Amino acid sequence: MKITFTLNMDVIEHEVEPNITLLKMLREDFDLTGAKEGCGGGECGACTILLNGKPVVSCLMLAVQADGQEIITIEGLARGEVLDELQKTFISTGALQCGYCTPGMIMTAKGLLAENPDPTREEIKTALSGNLCRCTGYKRIIEAVESAAKSNG
Amino acid sequence: MKYVGKSIVRVDGVKKVTGDLKFVDDIKLPKMLYAGVKRSPHAHAKILKINTILAERHPGVRAVVTGKDFPKRAGLYLADKTFFAVDKVRFAGEAVAAVAADTVEIAKEAAELIEVEYEVLKSIHNAKEAMKKDAPIIHPALGDYKVVPIFKTIPGTNISEHFKLRKGNVEAAFEKAYKIFEKDFYVPHIQHTPIENHVAIAQFDREKNLTVWASCQSPYAVRAALSDAFDVPLHKLRVISPAVGGGFGAKAGTTLEGIIIPLAMKVGNRPIKLTYSREDEFVSSYVRQALHSKFKTAVDKNGKLLAVQNEFIWDGGAFTEYGVNIAKSAGFAAVGPYDVENIHCDSYAVYTNNPVGGPYRGFGMAEIHFGIEQNMDHIAREMGMDPIELRKINAQKPGGTTATGAKVDAACGLEECLDSVVNEIDYHTPSEQPADPNKVRAKGVACGMKAPSMPNNAGSSAVIRLNEDGSAFLSVSAQDLGQGSDTALTQIAAEGLQIPVEKITIKTGDTDHTPYEWQTVASRITYSTGNAIVKACDDIKSQLVNLASQKLDVLEEELILDDEHVVWEKDPSKRVPIKSLALGLQLADGSGIHGPIIGRGTFVPEGVLNFDSETGLSEKPVVFWTYGAYGVEIEVDKQTGNIKVLKATTCFDVGKAINPELVKAQCEGAVVQGLGSAIFEEIIMKDGKFRNPNFTDYKIPTSGDMPEMTIKIAENPQYDGPYGARGMAEPAMIPAAPSIVNAFYNATGIAMNRLPLTPERVVNALREHNK
Repeated sequence: MKITFTLNMDVIEHEVEPNITLLKMLREDFDLTGAKEGCGGGECGACTILLNGKPVVSCLMLAVQADGQEIITIEGLARGEVLDELQKTFISTGALQCGYCTPGMIMTAKGLLAENPDPTREEIKTALSGNLCRCTGYKRIIEAVESAAKSNG
Repeated sequence: MKYVGKSIVRVDGVKKVTGDLKFVDDIKLPKMLYAGVKRSPHAHAKILKINTILAERHPGVRAVVTGKDFPKRAGLYLADKTFFAVDKVRFAGEAVAAVAADTVEIAKEAAELIEVEYEVLKSIHNAKEAMKKDAPIIHPALGDYKVVPIFKTIPGTNISEHFKLRKGNVEAAFEKAYKIFEKDFYVPHIQHTPIENHVAIAQFDREKNLTVWASCQSPYAVRAALSDAFDVPLHKLRVISPAVGGGFGAKAGTTLEGIIIPLAMKVGNRPIKLTYSREDEFVSSYVRQALHSKFKTAVDKNGKLLAVQNEFIWDGGAFTEYGVNIAKSAGFAAVGPYDVENIHCDSYAVYTNNPVGGPYRGFGMAEIHFGIEQNMDHIAREMGMDPIELRKINAQKPGGTTATGAKVDAACGLEECLDSVVNEIDYHTPSEQPADPNKVRAKGVACGMKAPSMPNNAGSSAVIRLNEDGSAFLSVSAQDLGQGSDTALTQIAAEGLQIPVEKITIKTGDTDHTPYEWQTVASRITYSTGNAIVKACDDIKSQLVNLASQKLDVLEEELILDDEHVVWEKDPSKRVPIKSLALGLQLADGSGIHGPIIGRGTFVPEGVLNFDSETGLSEKPVVFWTYGAYGVEIEVDKQTGNIKVLKATTCFDVGKAINPELVKAQCEGAVVQGLGSAIFEEIIMKDGKFRNPNFTDYKIPTSGDMPEMTIKIAENPQYDGPYGARGMAEPAMIPAAPSIVNAFYNATGIAMNRLPLTPERVVNALREHNK
């Protein structure tokens, strides 16, 4: 099937099999490997990307559903060497360890801040509760989001 | 110090927040094939026949292998496993055959076309029952297996290790005891669940050089195991671990690498990838062994522990190549962080038809402390004593002795850690109760200890190369699994060389190009690799000083490194930039001497001694012990059975925090991981079959479960650690579960002798006790 969509600001026309997940298409056809497959069932959030500005788990979407939509992946956040505010605060607060959940975590946080630029701690916890991290204990991740919200504000 | 002790940001931050870091599953190689695995549906069965014809004929399939092709046994401490089942299967999910195909989908379809005929055997799923005389024997050939001589297998049984600790005279102590306490505990199987599942790629070249890309903690140990299993010489086997998406012990040994190498042998020079699904990860990688523990404790009138007799029965699962060491390590710490004169401990690794047990963060220690630390609270209550006081009376202190009879050295900060958490949660002030009458709050405390569990001669090495612009490459094979070793080790090098962190690039994880490291396990990297780096820096310094003394015409011993220069102490204006010496020194006559500067450092802990095989005693069986404590406050909802951990505070004696924020981050992660093991996590099995191999049914903590955390650090320097540092990342998890269970008792008056405290179990316990 031929689909047309925006991927990290580029307009793309692409031929894709109807049974391929969006995650698989991004990783294999576009080498955008920042989104990870941690569970394949929408349970861990490691594959989170933004679809029309909202965080979605790309392992549960078919690639063809991207037709006509706008997608941003972790690779689309930084402008060259200039990191997004969330990327900066994830580094400055030490909100990452192994790094496997980090891209998905940042994309979920990005979606949250787009909708709610000044979230409370509880709102951040709730928004991130679908993104599993086994390393950090979440504290610094929540602080990173708070800190990014502050800098953005 | 300029670099050590500073909380610099992680050196691997940018590549991790941008998605730039390529993990193994992100690697795409030309002409790559994919593996599919046929696994056993039975927990214990004889393989009668395997028919692979349909799979072989399936379009897109390039190779098929079965266990018959590679019957050689391998294993780190006990060579009891094969990568494919050979004549029988020993757990549900064991690999029986595999295919290599053009796509993942074809590989999966083809694997299902492999027909296996089984004769189902009686299986056994409880370690205590597996020790009984009439139990089916899971490894009848145990006596023929190669084993590291410190372990005692008992051929003809399911016991693959029996560690004995015999100290003092337990019987005599029980006779004169004021009181005797007896308690049993059970800790179920749980799993590491790194967010990155296991993954590996294998490829041979025309000259039979084998390259393996694996998400693994220990490239050299993996190389050794694979070399042995597949008879590939070490110089023709390259293991690359480009990044590890969480390990916690799960990626310490070899798992799926052995499945794809036999396939790679059959497909010419094409690479083959195998990525575990989450279900594969749950079922077929390591789990944390279940533990049945039993304690009999003799106490005098003042609360001094006179004697402990205990038994640890470890459910090792189908293979215990790593598990035997967990049983042994538990024996070394038989009574936890307490000084007890008379100890009689038996620790058994036992085969069952359950999933394979392996090392999990703080292995052995979190499991035994669940009993030890509840026991301390129980004894205190029965004696009418304050549990903190009881712990202090019995705590290991400088000058005291450990379970194996080793002297406790001056750096034991257990009491300091305990005081810290008691103050931080204000333990002796009862919790303020919430308005809701169904909710009750209380506090709990627990201590813990751990030593690196490793061979006495586990070695590390480091190579540092100076560049002519004054920057440097630091090469080690310590793997950053998230714990922050890339950052901490770079800081150690920066301090030794007096070159800023930004000018040092650390290279890891490639057995062809980075030097030997035994394993990234046991919380040993900061200590062991750190020491190797200190020596490499000393090596560089001696070369630089030698050249600078010739250039400046001053004595070598009067020269120091400072601020990227070699400086004459007596007159700091006399100095040579390090960069000008990086390629050697050019003399006044134009001739050159020395050439490029390369620093070499190797380290092996000194004086770690074998233990007596009959008594388990040793003056120094381990390099060091790390001590620490937890304090928590929890809220129990008596209606729903939900437990919420409100506050957690930890204090560990880390010797020296090379990077305090990284130390704190390890503790925070450990609190939440430990919380999971206390209230959510349990592998539910029926006849050895995993019933909850996904994150919906096996819940791990989310951001909503995070308590308020306060992390404290004690720093009593390790005499032989780099800048005084000792390991801490695993110890940080050990007291988590017992502190929560102790708080649960304080909230409800109910002792829970098994984990986890799920809502169902809590509600049932409250009902049973009419609360």
